[in-house]
Amino acid sequence: MKTILKNVNVINPAEKVNLRGTNIILNNGLIEKIGELKFEDTSNAEEFDFSGCYVAPGFFDMHVHLREPGREDEETVVTGCNSAASGGFTGVACMPNTEPTIDSAEVVNFIKKQAKDHLVDVHSVAAATIGRKGDQLSPMAELAEAGAVAFSDDGAAIKTASILKRVIEYSSIYKLPVIEHCEDESLSNGAMNEGLNSTFLGLPPLPSVSEDLIVIRDIQMAEYVGGKVHIAHISTKNAVALVREAKKKGIQVTAEVTPHHFTLTDDAVKSYDTNAKMSPPLRTHEDVDAIIEGLADGTIDCIASDHAPHSPEEKEAEFQFAPNGIVGLETAVGLSVSELVHKKKLTVEDLIFKLSINPRKILSLPLPEFKVGEEANFTIFDINKIWTVDITKFKSKSKNSPFDRRLLTGNSVAVINKGKMFNNNKWISLLNTD
Amino acid sequence: MPLSSNHLLGLQGVSKEDLQLILDTAHTFREILDRPIKKVPTLQGKTIVNLFYESSTRTRISFELAEKRLSADAINFAVSGSSVSKGETFKDTIKNIEAMKIDMVIVRHSAAGAPVYLTKICDANIINAGDGTHEHPTQALLDMYSIRQKLGKLEGLKVCIVGDIAHSRVALSNIFGLQTMGAKVSVCGPSTMIPKNIKDLGVEVIYNIDEAIQDNDVLNVLRIQLERNAGEYFPSIREYAKYFGITNERLDKNGKDVLILHPGPINRGVELSSEVADGSNQIILYQVTNGVAIRMAVLYLLGTLN
Ligand SMILES: [Zn+2]
Repeated sequence: MKTILKNVNVINPAEKVNLRGTNIILNNGLIEKIGELKFEDTSNAEEFDFSGCYVAPGFFDMHVHLREPGREDEETVVTGCNSAASGGFTGVACMPNTEPTIDSAEVVNFIKKQAKDHLVDVHSVAAATIGRKGDQLSPMAELAEAGAVAFSDDGAAIKTASILKRVIEYSSIYKLPVIEHCEDESLSNGAMNEGLNSTFLGLPPLPSVSEDLIVIRDIQMAEYVGGKVHIAHISTKNAVALVREAKKKGIQVTAEVTPHHFTLTDDAVKSYDTNAKMSPPLRTHEDVDAIIEGLADGTIDCIASDHAPHSPEEKEAEFQFAPNGIVGLETAVGLSVSELVHKKKLTVEDLIFKLSINPRKILSLPLPEFKVGEEANFTIFDINKIWTVDITKFKSKSKNSPFDRRLLTGNSVAVINKGKMFNNNKWISLLNTD
Repeated sequence: MPLSSNHLLGLQGVSKEDLQLILDTAHTFREILDRPIKKVPTLQGKTIVNLFYESSTRTRISFELAEKRLSADAINFAVSGSSVSKGETFKDTIKNIEAMKIDMVIVRHSAAGAPVYLTKICDANIINAGDGTHEHPTQALLDMYSIRQKLGKLEGLKVCIVGDIAHSRVALSNIFGLQTMGAKVSVCGPSTMIPKNIKDLGVEVIYNIDEAIQDNDVLNVLRIQLERNAGEYFPSIREYAKYFGITNERLDKNGKDVLILHPGPINRGVELSSEVADGSNQIILYQVTNGVAIRMAVLYLLGTLN
């Protein structure tokens, strides 16, 4: 079956492709042609007019919590993938803090099985230590063989320097990065960023130095061992500066940031809205400015949503007892375009690096290619689409978001991967029927 | 003139006019408390729930007494701390209580912001009786009232809050209220118990208790949480008492007639020596009596709004 994506801007900065007002013809989900339409191309083809939209290599979110196995009431692999597709992502990497933890090949295989028929590719980030407890190495070779793309005890930093050292040593055999949630455990029993707002609100404070200390530790360890460390959801200005310096020295460190950390400050906590409760917490204007600068100069490699669905019963609690995190997949693209592209911090090309190319590179995943015969793996997005976030329309099972009713400019309009397309709230097969 | 808010959640942002109104109203109720018959029918027919998620006998009794003096129907609802960590329970409890057609809720809770949350899910007037380490507005109001009665004014006075500022709900309410009334507020305590950015509130930080005594008209001395803080926030109770405890010797040395307040209960020999706790500078029991008048004033002003 032929599919025509009409009047699109084809853009893939990894291949230096940038074609304006052209067309893509797919045959059986594979790229057949990029260019002018001939009469014979259009016969028997289904046409989609995406005038003014970009077609980019499919976006990839390297930090999501799919909650399955364990908390299927909050999200499942399938609903998380629906959320991803709806938000404009064709691939995700899911974090291991499930129940049971992703610390065995069985769980990696289970997640693969759950995601098998979905448009969205799901890769597992496996636990660095058994049960994410920080005592014993997880079976990293077996996990890598089963398809794990990185190791992390996300939710917390790897407990001690000694186990961190061995995790980086062992994972470097497989050239896989260690993803660190940078927070010093002994400084982590607060509810919001320490500062004027925490003093005003009387909420237990979480000092930013808690993140900085672990970033220092991890960078030093990455240098010493010669392995790869990826800083998850960076949130402080000092951490950005530390990563910048480390990169200058040639240390193998990369970093991601969430849309909420470049969009919001701890002012969002002022009404005790538990949707503004995150780990790491929302910080100050200075931190946001430093993060945006870090995105612009390449210190921060990519944008990841830290998609963290929670049930309403859990989020509708007293602030300090509520769990951390927000539904991120369905607002990430809109926030990135609104806050970064339209505010002239990043170009569209930069954005594609941050949302598609760099996360795959960090995880050593193949990049979607715009060549004849390649499987189409696209995110089609419109940077000028004005829309209002409506949590009731989320595909995610959970609705916890501080962005409800927020007006955004720019969003994904369709995704294509594995011979499937999601467009206009519909799943469409692009494959030949027999 | 009525209050400009339906709730008393804290003193942050409360106008000078409102504070003045509460203090003046308290003054008229204070006079009733000295009468042989201390009851007025003002809130007859109003139902008030004292919702205490944290035990605080003193605050609860003070509110209860205020409710009785105003002839309101009061219901006590105490929930033990550990069973309420889930929001569902909290929300359900509130919805249940609200369904019984109540007019006002006095809430004490270990989590900052709990009273704010209440205003979102319930139609009653909410009075914060202490939320986490956030605010405790009626305590600050009774402190302010007591100071005003003793020294004749608040404007221009220098007031120092001494002790564990970071874990205190009394400190923040006092800072906001006193500043609005034109007093100059400082804090004094070990740096481990002074919250970051407190200076941005326009509050001076003093680490030397002698200086605090010398420089101020009023000391509001907070209770040190011995169980929680010794060893963690300061080396020992002995060291705290030695460097931050207020003794007659210290008062004499600094030659000043400083007014001493304490929200109680006192750790004798720690933040106040026994002689100071019973001495002529302190007005601790006077504060307790005024507490009832302040709470009557707040209940009256909110209860007769509509
Ligand atoms: Zn994390």
